[in-house]
Amino acid sequence: MKTGAKILIEGLQREGVETIFGYPGGVVLPIYDELYDSPLQHILVRHEQAAAHAADGYARASGRVGVCLATSGPGACNLVTGIATAYMDSIPVVALTGQVPTSLLGNDAFQESDITGITMPVTKHNYLVKKTEDLGHIVREAFYIAGTGRQGPVLVDLPKDVTTREIEYEFPENEPVVLRGYQPTYRGHARQVDKAVEMIAEAERPLIYAGGGVISSNASSDLVSLAETLMIPITTTLMGLGAIPCTHPLNLGMLGMHGTRYANYAVTESDLLIAIGVRFDDRVTGNVQTFAPNARIIHIDIDPAEIGKNKKVDVPIVGDVGAVLSDLLAKVRKKQNDNWMERIRVWKERHPMKFRDDDVLRPQFIIRELSNLLLPDDVIVSEVGQNQMWTAQYYCFRKPRTWITSGGLGTMGYGFPAAMGVHFACPDRTVFDIAGDGSFQMNIQELGTVAQYNIPVKVAILNNRFLGMVRQWQELFYDRRYSFTELPPVDFVRIAQAYGVDGIKVESCEEVRPALQAAIDCDGPFVLDFRIEREENVFPMVPAGAAINEMIGGDTE
Amino acid sequence: MKPHTLSVLVENKAGVLSRVTGLFSRRGFNIESLAVGPCEEPGMSRITIVCIGDDAQIEQVMKQLNKLIDVIKVSDISENERVERELALIKVNAEPGSTRAEVMQIANIFRAQIIDVGTKTIILSVAGDTEKIDALEKLLRQYGVRELVRTGRIAVLRGAKIVKSAK
Repeated sequence: MKTGAKILIEGLQREGVETIFGYPGGVVLPIYDELYDSPLQHILVRHEQAAAHAADGYARASGRVGVCLATSGPGACNLVTGIATAYMDSIPVVALTGQVPTSLLGNDAFQESDITGITMPVTKHNYLVKKTEDLGHIVREAFYIAGTGRQGPVLVDLPKDVTTREIEYEFPENEPVVLRGYQPTYRGHARQVDKAVEMIAEAERPLIYAGGGVISSNASSDLVSLAETLMIPITTTLMGLGAIPCTHPLNLGMLGMHGTRYANYAVTESDLLIAIGVRFDDRVTGNVQTFAPNARIIHIDIDPAEIGKNKKVDVPIVGDVGAVLSDLLAKVRKKQNDNWMERIRVWKERHPMKFRDDDVLRPQFIIRELSNLLLPDDVIVSEVGQNQMWTAQYYCFRKPRTWITSGGLGTMGYGFPAAMGVHFACPDRTVFDIAGDGSFQMNIQELGTVAQYNIPVKVAILNNRFLGMVRQWQELFYDRRYSFTELPPVDFVRIAQAYGVDGIKVESCEEVRPALQAAIDCDGPFVLDFRIEREENVFPMVPAGAAINEMIGGDTE
Repeated sequence: MKPHTLSVLVENKAGVLSRVTGLFSRRGFNIESLAVGPCEEPGMSRITIVCIGDDAQIEQVMKQLNKLIDVIKVSDISENERVERELALIKVNAEPGSTRAEVMQIANIFRAQIIDVGTKTIILSVAGDTEKIDALEKLLRQYGVRELVRTGRIAVLRGAKIVKSAK
């Protein structure tokens, strides 16, 4: 006989789970009791939101399903932002929540919340387990759904009596999960692939627009091979950074609202846009009517619902990005696009990414220094806002899964807890969270967690005492009326020290490199408080609703 | 923009209706009519949804519905030859005498059944397409419709064609 809790833990182990992030509470006591002497590593966070982000960071860095655990009611509700973050970026996470006993369901019992109802719009699927007998197969289904097709979070709600009841149960051996309502398409349709090959052969100004789907599909090397065979430049979305090394001659960097000028110009002038694992998000397209106005579009994505959702495309290919790319690679012929490459070279030369390199402590300088110091395998996590955009623009990502950021939902407070998760996915690599003073304060309590487990996450706070991105919009579009965006000064080093974490305050350019090196050399967590130029802006920028070739700022001409 | 009739085959599981309707509301699609019940396949239900939208919107609705794990098959049967029915129960004032006779006559013309007779009212049951029920209701208004209950629309394809369960 096994309790439901035992079945759950056994199920997690069978799925290969090693680390879970969680926070105990009343109705999950049976699960925690089972965890007490299980080989699973449990990391006690300081707020459930951090557990969800840590599981998400773990998943993004490793490519495996991340797991978080919270109690019912407030515990479950605190996971919601983290679950929504994972949902928007298609990250495989299994969220386990406690629930009041089935006999009390719907009675407004203590710490009851309808978490399956609440998370319905932000999960790929969710379950309320009503019988212990169902628990084993639900755990298997949850991991299967989270980790296959277009990945995403799955929540499993576990009433207390379901986890305490004892039943006879053995997990089936070698029996695949079969769901008649869930059969993702992995192979692209051969005729569509042929059409794409033809279109590519005809194109004179082709461009690849690659996104997070390339990363989730582990298809970066196929992407680069395709680009090299056909001499097609690649621009990536925020989520696609790292899919092609920043140093690669075909790399155009990021496109969209804060993209490079040359990437946005290339999109606008291209006659063929090959969109791979992307979803034509408004932050990428600007005014979608004027996005890639001269181009025919090939769109490769595993989710048929993304095809034609925001932009009409000419050749849709539904399938796993990696599978489709290797089919394409087998069929395309080598090609040169000399005139087009020359045009792009001129744009790159005329409009390089540039910031004022002076004595003032500027965030771009700090990021460039960090980029020079870290190894290609080291992982950068960011918060959301200016810190995120500067990092996307100035950090040189050389490998996939070394850039971890909340793209779709744009969750401030994501980075620090996600960085903890990244550490457990790749404990030998240096992990930096590039933060703003606003974002860091949204999950600053996790200093307790990194101190307790000596998680060597380094936090580089670009401290401008503003909610910088909102302030930038107020400066540009609201007549500098800084409505509720100024933050009082905080001594982050002293806060860190109070938790037992080391830190340094940095106020000048000369101090940057030694400070970064000190953080890298430190065996444990480390906080760097960079007092940066307060009103530095992220440029170039496409104003909301404009065409992406109508950028402001950051031009050198 | 025209009405589309979607036939949605789903797992007969708790919460499936709320997954389907929740998807409509959060993506800003309107449901004009909805009917749900068990179907020929054990363990499955069929939801018939009538919604209005342009082709791109309907395509997006169907794709999003297909993504739900508990949805097995989604078909837009608007383009096909099909039979559609709604059922209405109408409680109408019908004092004994000439009024009652008139109401019964109208019921007869519409092939509505009289399923209950009270001292002052009778209840009619009528099945048909939306227009027919609308027409009957309009005619009965003059006598005083006390209560009107309508089901959502249900539909099947004509001939041997069926909405299959393979996704």
